[in-house]
Amino acid sequence: MIRNFLRAALLSLGLAAPAFAEEPFIVVQSTTSTQNSGLLDYILPGFEAETGIDVRVVAVGTGQAIRNAVNGDGDVLLVHAKQAEDQFVADGWGVERFDVMYNDFVLVGPKSDPAKVKGGADIVAALTAVAEAEAPFASRGDDSGTHKAEMRHWTAAEVDPTAASGAWYRETGSGMGATLNVASGMDAYVLTDRATWQSFGNRGNLEVMVEGDPRLFNQYGVILVNPDKHPRVRAAAGQRFIDWLTGPDGQAAIASYKLDGQQLFFPNASGS
Amino acid sequence: MALILNGDAELWAIVLLSLKVSIFAVLIAALIGMPVGAALAVARFPGRRAMIVLMNALMGFPPVVVGLLVYLMLSRSGPLGVLELLYTPTAMIIAQVVLVTPIVAALTRQVIEMLAEEYSEQLRSLGVSRLASVPVLLWDARLALITALLAGFGRAIAEVGAVIIVGGNINHVTRVMTTTIALETSKGNLALALALGAILIGIAIAVNAMVSAVSLRAEQEGLRHA
Amino acid sequence: MRDMLCDTASSLFVRNLRVVRNGKALLNVSRLSLDGPGPTLILGPNGAGKSLLLRCLHGLIEPDQGRVEQDGTPLTDRHKAQQAMVFQQPVLLRRSVAANLDFVLKRQGLPRGARKLRIESLLAEGGLEGKARQPARSLSGGEAQRLAILRALALDPETLFLDEPTSALDPNATQMIERMILRASSRGVRIVMVTHDIGQARRLAADIVMMQGGHVVEHGLAKQVLNAPQSDAARRYLAGGLVT
Repeated sequence: MIRNFLRAALLSLGLAAPAFAEEPFIVVQSTTSTQNSGLLDYILPGFEAETGIDVRVVAVGTGQAIRNAVNGDGDVLLVHAKQAEDQFVADGWGVERFDVMYNDFVLVGPKSDPAKVKGGADIVAALTAVAEAEAPFASRGDDSGTHKAEMRHWTAAEVDPTAASGAWYRETGSGMGATLNVASGMDAYVLTDRATWQSFGNRGNLEVMVEGDPRLFNQYGVILVNPDKHPRVRAAAGQRFIDWLTGPDGQAAIASYKLDGQQLFFPNASGS
Repeated sequence: MALILNGDAELWAIVLLSLKVSIFAVLIAALIGMPVGAALAVARFPGRRAMIVLMNALMGFPPVVVGLLVYLMLSRSGPLGVLELLYTPTAMIIAQVVLVTPIVAALTRQVIEMLAEEYSEQLRSLGVSRLASVPVLLWDARLALITALLAGFGRAIAEVGAVIIVGGNINHVTRVMTTTIALETSKGNLALALALGAILIGIAIAVNAMVSAVSLRAEQEGLRHA
Repeated sequence: MRDMLCDTASSLFVRNLRVVRNGKALLNVSRLSLDGPGPTLILGPNGAGKSLLLRCLHGLIEPDQGRVEQDGTPLTDRHKAQQAMVFQQPVLLRRSVAANLDFVLKRQGLPRGARKLRIESLLAEGGLEGKARQPARSLSGGEAQRLAILRALALDPETLFLDEPTSALDPNATQMIERMILRASSRGVRIVMVTHDIGQARRLAADIVMMQGGHVVEHGLAKQVLNAPQSDAARRYLAGGLVT
């Protein structure tokens, strides 16, 4: 009753989600890479036209997206950190995880290439060289999917870059784009997903140094937030989105998205 | 520049939403902040000093913290989650109200306290009680209070930390000028970010021009406080 | 002789009034009747306690001891509502000239039409015709003080207190204000006015209260006090000498 009263009061001010009140929608907690690359802007109109469901995307780092989803502030989670996603489902916050697509990470760096890593296909060797050269390296440092991937490679290289934090190793604590801006500004190496890199407009002296290592594979998964934990989750609409995304229409849409003639994401849902 | 060239409608929708959210927020902040500020200026009660100090401190409250607190309140796992307000313009208005109300209240208190000092004996001589003097003081300080509101508006419209957390920067729903600037900067689209920044600066200049016009009028009419 | 002067309808009387600040008696008046036949002027040097006495009479300051009596009873809110005061620095609302008058008329519950007529006649009384819509704070010093007096008169007071209303004004403006005061007095408004200007006292006063150091040093008919002062302090002040 109090809720109805408050809603009525807010509606009378014309404020409660104006103009969207009647339209069904879902909130998708996702990562900056899917948004900044332009992928979601490209594929979502198709789903919205077909179903009439408005998809509202909150694009943050994978870590924050998962925490927001744990709080119930989203109906669907679309991120890229498989381990954390499995944990999310195992803890009961999500219903089930589905593979959606993948892209890959690339190591970019300044043309001057002080660590002499250009052209290599071994990310671990490249990071070792960067650490030995003490060449500037910009890290997300924000517990995102990209950050988690970067840390795995450092571990494989048996380097603890955080020991050099503030020296050659710079943790921005920001999103991919902001970190690329920092790297561009200080001619630093940086690990980025290819999609964000491809659509990034302020490259400066940066270019791709290392790519093609199978370990740079970057898998995206989609999960319905568990309505048993948060009864207000829009489960039916959310499930419809997941079915579409992992079904033939969604997968085709992902495959057809190209930037400057280059495909950025590769659909690999098991159902398709 | 593509957005500005091809999608004027989209760009102006963003500008319009920014204005709408911040204007609403300032109006609500005025309804709360002005009476509170005036009451603190006129009333005498234990704890008044402490409240003034607290209010002045809240003026400098980091927007990100405000955003976080409002997020925790409005989250589905928060106490007000049932209202389903997170990621709506209403949530952004709430965050801005929290940010702006202390500014309006603190400036109102300063203005009203100064005016009350001048008016005190005269109003008592006319038999106006302390409580009844509040509307008189608010009305007579109207031009200074408009300046306070414009200051609050300036803070609201330029703020990004809080609205990006509680609004989510959702395209067509909660994307405002500042969050668009943040997004385009992160995409490396510095030109577009700067273009939007220019619009924001334009608004800031317009607001300051209004402040200056209001002060000028105040001076001409002898409404300025000693 | 004082009885002879008590021709006003009600009486205003001060009994054993003491105002103490920081252990120092700033005002110490044992008995004072303010029921002269015309304007009473309180005269004395700066720091004599003139303004303080005026504020006590108007109930703006609560004395530490003693009281002000009207008609034999301590000052009540009803009595205070029949008093008005004009300050040295006119305190005008940040509104138009007419709105300053309307403010007090409205508080008296006058209907709109009656207020309009009253405002017109008041503006004529103060020579402010044509300035009704002008912002009050843009008036000259003399005009501002005239408006303050009009606003006080709009209350239809039985008693009008004035605290050095002309101290910052030129002779011309002073003369206009003195005329307004005399007209009010002749209509039966009790005038109690503070001044340090001996000439003004000579022009206006029926009755004079001489003060010094918080005490009343002499009180009597103006002619008598000004021409044949009894106390040394009054003699020295009137002679323009230094009074310590």
